[in-house]
Amino acid sequence: MSDARNPCDPSVGPPLAGGPQLIGETAGRQAAALQESAGLRPSNDSPLNDSRCDEFLLLNRLPARAAHRTLRAWWDAQTWDFRTESGWDYERLAEGLAAFLSANEAVAGVPLLRSLEVRRGRDKDGQPEKFDLFFKPGDVVCLVGPTGAGKSRLLADIECLAQGDTPTGRTVLLDGCAPDPDSRFTGEGKIVAQITQNMNFVMDLAVAEFLRMHAESRALAAPEAAMQRVLEAAIRMAGEPFGPETPLTQLSGGQSRALMIADAAFLSPKPVVLIDEIENAGVDRTRALEFFVDQGKIVLLSTHDPLLALSGARRLVIRNGAVQMVIEPSPQEEANRLHLAALDRRLAGLRERIRLGGRLDEPWETLLGVGTNAIEQQPLSPGTSRANLGSQ
Amino acid sequence: MKLVTVAGPPSSGKTAVILKALAHLQREGRRVGVVKFDCLSSHDADLFRTADIPVITGLSGNFCPDHYFITNIEDCAAWGRRLDLDLLVSESAGLCNRCAPHIRGHLAVCVLDHLAGVHTPRKIGPMLKTADVVLVTKGDIVSQAEREVFAFRVRQVNARARLLFVNGITGQGSWELSRLFDGAPDDAPLTGGRLRFSVPAAVCSYCLGETEIGEDHQHGTVRKIQIEEASRV
Ligand SMILES: Nc1nc2c(ncn2[C@@H]2O[C@H](COP(=O)(O)OP(=O)(O)O)[C@@H](O)[C@H]2O)c(=O)[nH]1
Ligand SMILES: [Mg+2]
Ligand SMILES: [Zn+2]
Ligand SMILES: [Zn+2]
Repeated sequence: MSDARNPCDPSVGPPLAGGPQLIGETAGRQAAALQESAGLRPSNDSPLNDSRCDEFLLLNRLPARAAHRTLRAWWDAQTWDFRTESGWDYERLAEGLAAFLSANEAVAGVPLLRSLEVRRGRDKDGQPEKFDLFFKPGDVVCLVGPTGAGKSRLLADIECLAQGDTPTGRTVLLDGCAPDPDSRFTGEGKIVAQITQNMNFVMDLAVAEFLRMHAESRALAAPEAAMQRVLEAAIRMAGEPFGPETPLTQLSGGQSRALMIADAAFLSPKPVVLIDEIENAGVDRTRALEFFVDQGKIVLLSTHDPLLALSGARRLVIRNGAVQMVIEPSPQEEANRLHLAALDRRLAGLRERIRLGGRLDEPWETLLGVGTNAIEQQPLSPGTSRANLGSQ
Repeated sequence: MKLVTVAGPPSSGKTAVILKALAHLQREGRRVGVVKFDCLSSHDADLFRTADIPVITGLSGNFCPDHYFITNIEDCAAWGRRLDLDLLVSESAGLCNRCAPHIRGHLAVCVLDHLAGVHTPRKIGPMLKTADVVLVTKGDIVSQAEREVFAFRVRQVNARARLLFVNGITGQGSWELSRLFDGAPDDAPLTGGRLRFSVPAAVCSYCLGETEIGEDHQHGTVRKIQIEEASRV
């Protein structure tokens, strides 16, 4: 593999910079961080003059700010008992306040991803993989293959931004460059949002409160509007309506899956979404994909559901730990996808009838509409793109 | 030898993620060991031994496990050096949220799990605030949104730490953790070193095993709750 088409700034270093260098750099930063925490930093006075500061005091159950404009003034105004027995000292307080405030700054800028590349590695027998993979925003790509074939390994390589240092030897490039080594070792540096069948909401909150909390953590300019958008999208996908006041823990499986998908599409900053087997979740799957595509996410679907598999721009067939084949849907498959989508809608209709206490006692032909010409044209989305593949 | 302190509430997944991370290092030929601090009993030692990791268990009994830790860690480190270990990981349950086993100059790790809820980061004390690395486990069972809110809440109390999502069952994220372990400061001095956060100033009769309730049994440094009387109408 050559680096000839690597457009990176030379100062970033070649994309295949090996493990040791990375580890060295990481260790360096880590040592610096340790150094920093080892001694008390000089404690200059911190301003204490806005609602974020008030929130900090409130959250830590500290006395409210009166006319004080600085942390030092506030601290000095506290009683001696408080200052000696509250468990706080001025330095820790200043550090705590700084951490609290900087959490907000950290989330403000979300990096845009223009391309994700996975350079070929090797299969379980050490044989070279046949394909380099290239993904760009709006791509929907399906991963197929039996359990144990290596789907999780590919996803894990993307998740940890592998640099030839995982068992597969794959290399992941973001916008054509090796990722900043540090970003591999922080949760915030990760580019992947995950949705799987096993995930649940565990928070004891109403839907709206929860969405507000997530929007707040993103420091969005218009959190209410973002919230509203997620809620509407989720309800449209879920079939069964629910409201902003519904407690998260009372959502049905389909509703919570729909909310997770909408939230990942509109509120999560992660540019890549990884979806693991959501086939029987009771969600309008076609619509779910559209939301991701519209938001410019790269979607990786681990699925054996025919409709979802044909909805992808391509399918990666994974066997023996490597991508063995890349299938782009043929015109016939494209046509069949529309039939499958129609069938899917019919099934959803039947589900709804059962839910409402109805019966399914029509003749088979009219019940499922098979053989009738009931297929409406419903392209996935104009934005869906077929990404190019690396050379074989 | 590197010494890493790993602390976190019970069942947060400390043993699980340590096992996963150490497996990566063992495969690379590193010699690793564990010292497990617990209160009354611990089965973790069996798990480590099964994974071919030498382990010693220290039961603190009546003592705060963190105090017990700090009075014993030098001996444990000496044991590790006798075994010629490259890395010694100390696992402690941090039952007392007032204290933390983290030592200046040594890599300090705090483990939290998503199931404990998004308010947890604000309730955990110095164990989280003074950590260099914060691991959050059990992300496989909560939503992406909750994971992101959790991360934000951790940031609000510790802006400096690296935050990693690790899965104690699948091992996701454990490779990254193993890199951080491997990059930990080597041979940092222990004797004469300092805890990152002071242990409590108080020693009372209950610290020393008293069980009876009542003014007569309260000796040593005692702090009384201040109760404002509600005015009756
Ligand atoms: N679902 C899930 N369970 C986990 C994860 N990490 C640990 N566990 C489980 O949580 C339980 C407690 O883990 P353990 O490592 O003993 O916690 P410790 O007390 O902190 O050492 C065990 O049953 C683990 O299998 C995780 O990431 N996901
Ligand atoms: Mg344990
Ligand atoms: Zn304690
Ligand atoms: Zn006591």
